[in-house]
Amino acid sequence: MSEPVKNTLLFVLVGGLILLTGFTQSWNAAILILNMGLISAIMAIGVNLQWGFAGLFNVGVMGFVALGGLAVVLISTPVTPGAWSAGGYGIVLALLLGAATVVAAVFVAQKMSKGRMQTLSIIAILIIGFFVYRAIFDPNAAAVEAIDPAIAGNLGGLNLPVLLAWPAGGLLAAGAAWLIGKTALGLRSDYLAIATLGIAEIIIAILKNEDWLARGVKNVYGIPRPAPVVGYEVDLQNDPGFVARAEWFGLDAVTASTLSVKLGYSLLFLIVLLMLLWMAQKALRSPWGRMMRAIRDNEVAAEAMGKDVTRRHLQIFVLGSAICGIAGAMMTTLDGQLTPSAYQPLRFTFLVWVMVIVGGSGNNFGAVLGAFLIWFLWVQVEPIGLWLMNLITAGMPDGSALKAHLIESAAHMRLLTMGLILLIVLRFSPRGLIPEK
Amino acid sequence: MDFLNALVALSNFVLVPAIAYGSQLALGALGVTLIYGILRFSNFAHGDTMAFGAMIAVLVTWGLQAAGIGFGPLPTALLALPFAILGCIVLVLITDRLVYRFYREQKAKPVILVIVSMGVMFIMNGLVRFIIGPDDQRFSDGARFLISARDFKTLTGLDEGLAIRTSQAITVVVAVVAVALLFWFLNKTRTGKSMRAYSDNEDLALLSGINPERVVMITWILVAALATTAGVLYGLDKSFKPFVYFQLLLPIFASAIVGGLGNPIGAIAGGFIIAFSEVTITYAWKKVLTYLAPESLEPSGLVQLLSTDYKFAVSFVILLIVLLFKPTGLFKGKAV
Repeated sequence: MSEPVKNTLLFVLVGGLILLTGFTQSWNAAILILNMGLISAIMAIGVNLQWGFAGLFNVGVMGFVALGGLAVVLISTPVTPGAWSAGGYGIVLALLLGAATVVAAVFVAQKMSKGRMQTLSIIAILIIGFFVYRAIFDPNAAAVEAIDPAIAGNLGGLNLPVLLAWPAGGLLAAGAAWLIGKTALGLRSDYLAIATLGIAEIIIAILKNEDWLARGVKNVYGIPRPAPVVGYEVDLQNDPGFVARAEWFGLDAVTASTLSVKLGYSLLFLIVLLMLLWMAQKALRSPWGRMMRAIRDNEVAAEAMGKDVTRRHLQIFVLGSAICGIAGAMMTTLDGQLTPSAYQPLRFTFLVWVMVIVGGSGNNFGAVLGAFLIWFLWVQVEPIGLWLMNLITAGMPDGSALKAHLIESAAHMRLLTMGLILLIVLRFSPRGLIPEK
Repeated sequence: MDFLNALVALSNFVLVPAIAYGSQLALGALGVTLIYGILRFSNFAHGDTMAFGAMIAVLVTWGLQAAGIGFGPLPTALLALPFAILGCIVLVLITDRLVYRFYREQKAKPVILVIVSMGVMFIMNGLVRFIIGPDDQRFSDGARFLISARDFKTLTGLDEGLAIRTSQAITVVVAVVAVALLFWFLNKTRTGKSMRAYSDNEDLALLSGINPERVVMITWILVAALATTAGVLYGLDKSFKPFVYFQLLLPIFASAIVGGLGNPIGAIAGGFIIAFSEVTITYAWKKVLTYLAPESLEPSGLVQLLSTDYKFAVSFVILLIVLLFKPTGLFKGKAV
């Protein structure tokens, strides 16, 4: 079987699995898998850019995804009345002062001659800066959080169309990635892993605790939808033209409206995915892509040829993280709410890694395929596990503790299965389903 | 008197908890650093290895409690510890045989091994959740306090109390014993010496007839014992929750890297550095300062530098500072 035929068949197979879900379970479930599959595919392209092209080991995907979600809140939600005058400007001032402190410390570290004086000046700048920052920040943040805490208590956003938040999410993630890359790249590969793991946890901690920013664990609800492509179910059900079309398909208005809304998202996500995939393919085949792979395969040789390895790494690290940020913004748009406590590293960092490795690192189509396949399994392993457990325990007497425990534990089959898939692929087919050419 | 009160408050809220937490981190970091030194990769599954060992200890403890076996004022979990260590050793040896050995023979790049350990992390995490569930489990029993705050107050007549929980005292004692045994093993026994030789220079060690598979096996056994001990102590001190062990990965790695990866003394020092920084930076200093400062200068706020939710940020920032200024760690570690 030739290479393209095999790859097409693999995609058809995964598409068939999703269709099968539609026929056997419900079309609603199938489109849900499709939508999250599309978003996962974008995350996988981002990680593939970093790992597949450049060999960078980023385990902070979750942080960049969450930053994308934050961008949605900051761009698309309406501004909280009175929040800016109450303390918003003060918070911004405090943050600027905080940034100025760090810049001043870095400046001193670079310009002053080494010695005790330099160390003391850096420490003094940091300590004074920190207390000034807290003195301005704390009362202002408290003032903002005091405004109508049951429904607001945050600054709110710019009230712009939510589609603008997607590139904004990418920019926010890119900015964070630049800061991390500037410090951690150029060190050993493991250190980058630990650094990104840490920064992701910190980003989530900030989202959970800074209520003035995005309401913390109180979550932000009611994020506007990307109209006109995605409407609201109620409007559709009241539209006689829509009801007539739904009847023509043999669907009642309620089902048809939910399906139509979800398909609207699918369409938007598909457009973004195709654009990014096209760009990633162009990048892969360009001289820039070949240079990246050359650096990945032999850093020393590439450096000897005059390539600035650290700079190129920083570049691709920022690009890949930006893509993860875009995906994160899209996901928050799809959910219609930002729930910081929902960000779990196993789900948002390590699962994306499984997708890339199973699909085929270094191959964009592989990453996309892996994303759909692994997301499908992630969703379906739970019902399959439950079914399996019911089968195993069928012979046991009702009410036995073991039976209850086994059936209850079926929900945790997911992690086990994902780990097994990852290890099996790494062992027997380390190049993935669609290997790099 | 005020000075004494301040000192007691400081010990009660900062020193004692930080020493206990530091010992737990040090034990965890020792495991990470041993794997790094001998097997040469960063083991992402370490937090979940700790969780697995601690889980067996919890289950055995429940069994012992049900059988009516106790350990007097000490927690029953200490009796369960040897069984837990055995169980954990079996698990990591099976994992090594089925998973890691293949890559070792291939001489795979360290980063591949890190990804493989990610897969192992998934499986161990899944196993623990599968067996005991994702919820909080309490398994500490025996006397709760070595000295309770009230006893201390009546004993000394001070306004501030100093409470030392049994779990904290046990943590320190067990950690000291474990570390002493480990160092005795590494420095005095023939096997320990062969391990250090293998870590320093693999080729030379192989030339002198050291059996690499044996070295690796003993490393895993030591790592399982250390991880289980750390896991059980942490569980006794706080509580057992699978996800928390995964989150411990960050401070543990920070400890190991700050001290210098591959260097056991560094791992211990790193553990205490991270623990003390975390506790002092997230502690509200109002009480201590009120005792120390003259009345006119009494602080109005809590004088808490960072909220406790940001404790990860502390270990992270220390990690970054050390990496930027001394990439091999405070004690000379190795860089592959």
